[in-house]
Amino acid sequence: MNKSDPELLLQPSPLVKQGLTVPTAMRDVLLALSPALLAGFWFFGLSALLVVVVTTMGALLTEWIFTPRENRTVALGDGSALLTGILLGMTLPPALPLWMAWLGGVVAIGLGKIIWGGLGNNLFNPAIVGRAFLLGTFPIAMTTWHVAAGPDSFFNLHPSTFALPFMQSPPMDGMSAATPLGLMKFEQTGTPIFSLMFGNTSGSLGETSGVLLMVGGVYLLLRRALEWRIPLAIFLSAGTFTLLLQLIDPARFPDIHFTLFSGGMMLGAIYMATDPVTSPVTTKGAWIFGCGVGFLVVLIRNFGGLPEGILYAILFMNAATPLINRYTQPRVFGRSRS
Amino acid sequence: MGLLSLFRQSFAHGVHPAHNKGQTENLAVQRVPFGSRYVMPLGQHIGAPAISVVTKGQEVRRGEMIAKPGGFISTALHSPVTGVVKEISPQRTLDGSFKPAIVIEADPFSTQRIEITPPPSWESISLDDFIELVQQAGIVGMGGAAFPSHVKYSIPDGVEINDLLINGAECEPFLTNDHRLMVEQPEKVVQGTEILRQKLGAKRANIGVEKNKPEAIIKLKEALATRPNLPVTVTPLEVKYPQGAEKMLIQSVYHKEVPAGQLPRDIGVAVNNTGTVVAIADLFSTGSPLIERVVTVSGPGIDQPANLMVPLGTPVRDVLKFCGGLNHKTREVIMGGPMMGFPIASLDVPVLKGSSGILAFTERETARPHEYPCIRCGRCLEACPYFLNPSRLALLSRNRRYEETIDYHVMDCVECGACSFACPSNIPIAQLIRTAKDNMRQHPIEEAA
Repeated sequence: MNKSDPELLLQPSPLVKQGLTVPTAMRDVLLALSPALLAGFWFFGLSALLVVVVTTMGALLTEWIFTPRENRTVALGDGSALLTGILLGMTLPPALPLWMAWLGGVVAIGLGKIIWGGLGNNLFNPAIVGRAFLLGTFPIAMTTWHVAAGPDSFFNLHPSTFALPFMQSPPMDGMSAATPLGLMKFEQTGTPIFSLMFGNTSGSLGETSGVLLMVGGVYLLLRRALEWRIPLAIFLSAGTFTLLLQLIDPARFPDIHFTLFSGGMMLGAIYMATDPVTSPVTTKGAWIFGCGVGFLVVLIRNFGGLPEGILYAILFMNAATPLINRYTQPRVFGRSRS
Repeated sequence: MGLLSLFRQSFAHGVHPAHNKGQTENLAVQRVPFGSRYVMPLGQHIGAPAISVVTKGQEVRRGEMIAKPGGFISTALHSPVTGVVKEISPQRTLDGSFKPAIVIEADPFSTQRIEITPPPSWESISLDDFIELVQQAGIVGMGGAAFPSHVKYSIPDGVEINDLLINGAECEPFLTNDHRLMVEQPEKVVQGTEILRQKLGAKRANIGVEKNKPEAIIKLKEALATRPNLPVTVTPLEVKYPQGAEKMLIQSVYHKEVPAGQLPRDIGVAVNNTGTVVAIADLFSTGSPLIERVVTVSGPGIDQPANLMVPLGTPVRDVLKFCGGLNHKTREVIMGGPMMGFPIASLDVPVLKGSSGILAFTERETARPHEYPCIRCGRCLEACPYFLNPSRLALLSRNRRYEETIDYHVMDCVECGACSFACPSNIPIAQLIRTAKDNMRQHPIEEAA
């Protein structure tokens, strides 16, 4: 060996890598979410912005506390806790008391991820765990909705936003309104399709704008960062089930466009059900997973006690994911299926 | 494997690395001037090492046999230059270890003209004689594995070869050595293919070339047009890695799966590399054994990329010197392609029969992001051409649960590296699988059917 030779690296092959990494994948999802998120701020004002900020802080803080010091830069840098916090915030009512939102962020990461062993090991989608916890713990605050007021009243904070922990139930203000799903379930009233698509209705702060969420989905698709089979399967199975119900009783059951554009359908189908960690690894598994979610959503919405079902539909299919993985292993090349 | 695959000349799954062939694909093959020192390791092919037939101080001529096959799965070595046997001693090889090698010092005053022995007429000899000649000429698979070719031609009784498939896929990024052979010597490719086809008794022959080598496809078709009676065709293939993996190539061209644990010949196919058929054509036209090969020298660490005809045994340092040396940005030198080749620790290692390329990579190509936990995205499953579950295998291997990897068919893995390439968490999946395979080879257990 010559002195003048460069010091040569010895890496295991392959020596070229695809550009995609975990942080870039997370960044893509955040970018895709941003139009719908900004629309949420536009419609629901400063309160909504604060809710998202607080859930995100809760999530990041929990990740920081429970990660060993030497891993902190990497664990926080991968962007997964940030994404969980923002996703959770987007599923919450805009006027939720901030301390509840913060607790939701803590639970999402703490019980949804850290307790399982951190990134990649959790069975359930952390953001959905956080929302399920909040829904079970604070059912009234979590179902108090407000109309989308638009930008004129951006700085009008809802009085409930700064409610103190464990005080009397947060004061209701005069702007509360039922969500499209609530109207459908309890009053059999529809909502104009335009409002459903662009988010000009009451609802969770980041869920109402179906079209903007789809725009983000298309971006992810173009970046090849989306397991498109899952949302497609959800839409197909929810749509088919809805059509069947309509055949039975068109007056009682909602239209197909209502099914697809109301509630958390878009956010859940495109951004939550597709969480790689908690969805099947096989392509066949992705179809099964998506069909299951779509079926359960319509089942819960129309026959269950709750107006919205995407949350529990995804949680349920998350639980089924290891089983789906086991039974959808592809046939190895050159072997018969065993 | 859907119905769609029938309409595509490709296999299922796989990845699409950037080709990076533009730097060298239009550069004609140049001959490297003879140097002074040549190192011929006795075990540069798969199988038993060759046995030296020369002694220290002995004068050898270019093309003279210096080591005889060490068994049936072994092949001969020939002197790449006219000179003197300097020593027979352990020399540094590609993996960094020292292995017995014959070191030859070239005679600086020799013309290095090859002593031509009269070419044996391939039409008249029997298959057994043909196999013997190929072994004595030291011809191996030139794609990188360096498996002695004559072993492939020894077809057991009852097995019939219907199709001869020539592998011109060259799916590894950067490499253009096969491409140049097809562009510059298409007649030789066709001639070698025809010799093999007749000797193996195949009814047809097919040359599979990826579509990113249009010039090679055109030249081959032109060469075939001059000999319209030959049952030889060219099949353009979809550009995808690992298109050149033997069983993937068969899938792409014939839409047939070779059963696991079996060889292509079991479904009536023989596969050979372009470089190998050219070596066979050379053997029967000039009598020349395998003493040199085309090597692509490329990568951002090389200022003057080239395709070179390099005598075997030439130290990498000498080859690089001909290309203006490594520039100061070089951080890694790779022998072979970037997907299945491996980095070398010293520039003193020689070019061997299986060396298809020498690549110099800089900081940009060698930088790796931090390794993140597996997020079960399934990209490795979608990459694996064998439909294995690489993430599962990597996890089992990392936890040293090697026995369990057998249940996931770890031994079917061909180590193409598509899984590692696709992994967003930068997990060295292929390397972990190699570890598991090595362990299972050392401590074999019965595989459950």
